[in-house]
Amino acid sequence: MVLEMQSPVIQTELKNSGYINKVAVIGSGIMGAGIAAHCANAGCDVLLYDIVPKDATDRSITAREAIARMSKSNPEPLMHPSNSQRIHPVNLEDDLHLLSDRDWVVEVVVERIDIKQSIYSNIEKHLSKNAILSSNTSTIPRSSLVKGMSPSLASRFLITHFFNPPRYLPLLELVVGDEVEEDLFHRMNIFASERLGKKVILCNDTPGFIGNRLGIYFVQRSIAATIDHGFTVEQADAMLGRPIGLPKTGVFALMDLVGIDIIPAVVQSMVDNLPPEDVLHNIAGRGVDIIENMISDGYTGRKGKGGFFRLNTEGGKRTKEARSLIDGSYQTANRKAAFTSARVGRQGLKRLMTHPDKGAAFVKEILLDTFAYAASLVPAVSEDIHAIDDAMKVGYNWKKGPFEMMDSVGIDWLVTEMEAANIAIPAFLSLAAEHGSFYGIKEGEITRLNSTGEHTEILKGAQETTVADIKRRRGKAIRRNASASIWDANDGVLLVEFHSKMNALDPLIMEILLAAVDIAESDEWKGILIANDSANFCAGANLGLALFAANLGAWGTLEDFIALGQDTYQALKYAEVPVVSAASGMCLGGGCEILLHSDGIVAHSESYIGLVETGVGIIPAWGGCKEMLARVTTEKLVGLGPMAATMMVFENIGMAKIAKSAQQAKDLGYLRASDRITMNREHVLANAKSYLLELAEDYSPPKPHTYHLPGPSGRSALAMALSDLAIAGHATPHDVTVIGELAKVLTGGECDHTEELSEEDILALERKAISTLARNEFSLARMEHMLSKGKPLRN
Amino acid sequence: MTAVICGYYRSPFTPAKKGDLAGSRPDDIAAEVVKGLIENTGIDPNLIEDLILGCAFPEAEQGFNLGRMLSFLTELPPTVAGVTVNRFCGSSMQAIHDAAGRIAMGSGDAFIAGGVESMTRIPMSGFNPMPNPRLAIEMPDAYTNMGLTAENLAAIYEIERETQEVFAVESHRRAANTDFSDVIIPITTSGGMVSLDGCIRPDSNTSSLARLSPAFKVDGSVTAGTSSPLTDGAAFVLICSEEFARTQGLKILASIESTAVSGCSPEIMGIGPVAASQKALARAGVSLEDVDVIELNEAFSAQSLAVIDELGLDASKINIDGGALALGHPLGASGARIIGRAVTILARNKANIALATMCIGGGQGIATVLRRVE
Repeated sequence: MVLEMQSPVIQTELKNSGYINKVAVIGSGIMGAGIAAHCANAGCDVLLYDIVPKDATDRSITAREAIARMSKSNPEPLMHPSNSQRIHPVNLEDDLHLLSDRDWVVEVVVERIDIKQSIYSNIEKHLSKNAILSSNTSTIPRSSLVKGMSPSLASRFLITHFFNPPRYLPLLELVVGDEVEEDLFHRMNIFASERLGKKVILCNDTPGFIGNRLGIYFVQRSIAATIDHGFTVEQADAMLGRPIGLPKTGVFALMDLVGIDIIPAVVQSMVDNLPPEDVLHNIAGRGVDIIENMISDGYTGRKGKGGFFRLNTEGGKRTKEARSLIDGSYQTANRKAAFTSARVGRQGLKRLMTHPDKGAAFVKEILLDTFAYAASLVPAVSEDIHAIDDAMKVGYNWKKGPFEMMDSVGIDWLVTEMEAANIAIPAFLSLAAEHGSFYGIKEGEITRLNSTGEHTEILKGAQETTVADIKRRRGKAIRRNASASIWDANDGVLLVEFHSKMNALDPLIMEILLAAVDIAESDEWKGILIANDSANFCAGANLGLALFAANLGAWGTLEDFIALGQDTYQALKYAEVPVVSAASGMCLGGGCEILLHSDGIVAHSESYIGLVETGVGIIPAWGGCKEMLARVTTEKLVGLGPMAATMMVFENIGMAKIAKSAQQAKDLGYLRASDRITMNREHVLANAKSYLLELAEDYSPPKPHTYHLPGPSGRSALAMALSDLAIAGHATPHDVTVIGELAKVLTGGECDHTEELSEEDILALERKAISTLARNEFSLARMEHMLSKGKPLRN
Repeated sequence: MTAVICGYYRSPFTPAKKGDLAGSRPDDIAAEVVKGLIENTGIDPNLIEDLILGCAFPEAEQGFNLGRMLSFLTELPPTVAGVTVNRFCGSSMQAIHDAAGRIAMGSGDAFIAGGVESMTRIPMSGFNPMPNPRLAIEMPDAYTNMGLTAENLAAIYEIERETQEVFAVESHRRAANTDFSDVIIPITTSGGMVSLDGCIRPDSNTSSLARLSPAFKVDGSVTAGTSSPLTDGAAFVLICSEEFARTQGLKILASIESTAVSGCSPEIMGIGPVAASQKALARAGVSLEDVDVIELNEAFSAQSLAVIDELGLDASKINIDGGALALGHPLGASGARIIGRAVTILARNKANIALATMCIGGGQGIATVLRRVE
């Protein structure tokens, strides 16, 4: 059966039928617990199974301990601590009957066919007729797992291969067999993409599927090259990380992260299952002795006492050390191991690969082989190069997939270089050479080369629309400057995109936002959508600009910028049309304040929202204090009393609290209860647009909030708390100054709590406080430090 | 007329936020203890004059004149009145003093007196702390942080951190070796019946305490391990006139010989027991040497050690069954607990005189002298 990714029509049709809500996870190891936690994040009820340890009194203790560990793990598998309540510890001896109401059962046990098959046969009689069973195997083909399975169970059996950690890595490889009904596949696909937020990639039933097939080859090839070139692990990782668009863990630190001890088994399983002509066989044995020595010495990576890198904490100092591949000794890691070519990489991969140094030669050798390997996988592993690229991007966090990388260096050049290096040119690469590239654009849509030599349009549901798609199709912006643009996003929706460096807020962005309000109100627009495709929605105001003005003593300019921000955000709030923001990644400072002034928010579940201004020596002055004081009251996050709202907001802003997920942002009041959370990053824009259109149906701007704040009495209480923190060493002297100014705003200045204050009153207090702080040399030092070092100064 | 104590019961004391009583309302906890006290002493509820409840932060779930609400929650006859008194940490000892005073002036024969605090559910300083801004500037110590007062005493009395830790470890050791089940009324919670104290750490030792960071002052000596933990709990006693108790055939544990309160500078509030104890002892006409049992509320190790130093107390008489460092200090309930503990030890040791005393935030002390009645 040939399955294509679902079209939008099928998605809607199936929404009401194949609902998956009750899940069982068999195996509570790192992956099993991670999958269970993520299903709980998605709101599912989860049974977590594991074995009964010998002589255990609590027979479900293995699973129970795995659940307890979730709250201590880093990165946190749970989006909210309370999600653990949806996970129930059970055991494989007493509780199999509980499987009868499960919609989906996923097996996540050790990579041994016999153990997996015995579990399947034990549980079959307990499963409901509609239940989906899947395995999280990373290397064993589905065809091997279904051997001996009843036809009825085989028709409901899939491979669902998650990547670690399941909450954070969006890749889910799905392998379906011929005997599986299409409807069942779609049920899983929709559940995985909408509820779990996964990028589902349909894979052929080949060993290691896509991610590990290519990923393991790349790692093994890199190990071989590191040994051949006599490089240290620092040198190798310095070249194989950021310079080539991979995570900074490169190869060796990546193995430390994954766990050195699992590597031999994974590689062996690939070797056992791959056809003899696969070139992995040529390099699979390289470095085995090094890895086995490490495992026997207990160097299993970060979970053990270290790996290729370790932290030496002797003498109270934390020193990063690297292991010698020659004699296994540890020396202080060389932080400057990168070659000059690493820096050249910023100007493009080809510049790096052609640079005349040893680092470049090393990278070139590895990448040429890896590219050739990737091209050789089409069509056996997948016909879809876009799927292969996506798998590496979302499963291994590569910036570009191998085919995108090949396009970026130029196919002709690549072929010439491969020929010079005596690498056999895979047929599919020759085909690409004829066409000039793997990807193309036809009538505004991106196409991919397939193995028959045709360019096929990349199928994408409307739900996956990105800002880039809108821009590509539209061609020309309605309004644009260097920092932001306004686009027609169809259906009467105006889209505002930020594109300044880091999406930092500056007067140009304010100009575009004000223009968007003007345009929306003067023409027949239904509303304004603020969204972008960046990893981070907006990390705050352009501090460099503010610091520049402050250093010049241009207080007027600075105060104008503050007032402009306040006016702009008030204009967004009181526009005659609704404003919806699509949040994801970091939404900090002024970025958070945009959310606070939006009528509605659709936030990606991985949104990290907070008002962090105190860290750079200032306070939120674009209405952040004003909105939060109102917000915690209207959202009923605090009780009654003149101090209630003030204290909660004081704690949030004073401690620069950042919500660790969208779910937690609701606890802190950065998101309202009515704001929506979308698990799939790719669906955020479309969902935000639908929400905007809903709000537009019967829209009237909000009524201004009025405030009763505690005045000097409340300020005394906050000052006392702050003084206690300073004495206890939890607040620095300048914290006391900054947070003291914050206290003045949040308590309403000199008011009495019987008086009513307006939004304008609070905005004036914000302006006064920030003007005072902007003139303070210690605040300026904080800004300077943040700009130069990227982290807060504790002065 | 002499006031006598005819019974003492308390709830388990469990750590705030993470303990077994964190999910229980303070009025519900208190009600179960009062019901247990009435049942176990056999007092005819119709004869009770008043229910006097101490509470340090009487707001929210501890608001609405909780003393009166308790009389309803415990299904006392409607004729039994209810009042709430607040003297911070001294609240329930004050409740007992009020009862004794009223008995002395003939304003009633039988009183339920005690206190409750859920430090989980009502934060110290309350939900809306609004100090007088003028006082906060002119006399900031009026509102000072309790931990800093302990630091101040540690500095004045030159009490080393290690000495404080040895004192705390001993408190845990003693509490761990005492069976409190005879005075504990189990509390029904949504998670099941709770009948055990939760704060005591039998394995507490000086090397583990030495690893803690100072809790209140960056270069200070007072840590979480030498401070009483935030605690949830309730404690009550039955107080009657001696004549009434004898007529009703109630068991008499001890008589209240004298009471006293005294103020001191708020920044050294922990020294409050010194003056209060001296006054109370003088009023009872007994000297310190005559005292067999001393219950000194352990708000902090440093504070307790300063009082011991200043009064020249005999360490072997103090907190024989452990103190608040180990058991916990639910503010409004601790006064009734230490009076109850003092009379329990008097009975157990067949001793005569006990002194119960405690320090109070804002700079006060309160003390009670008790005599075992045969």
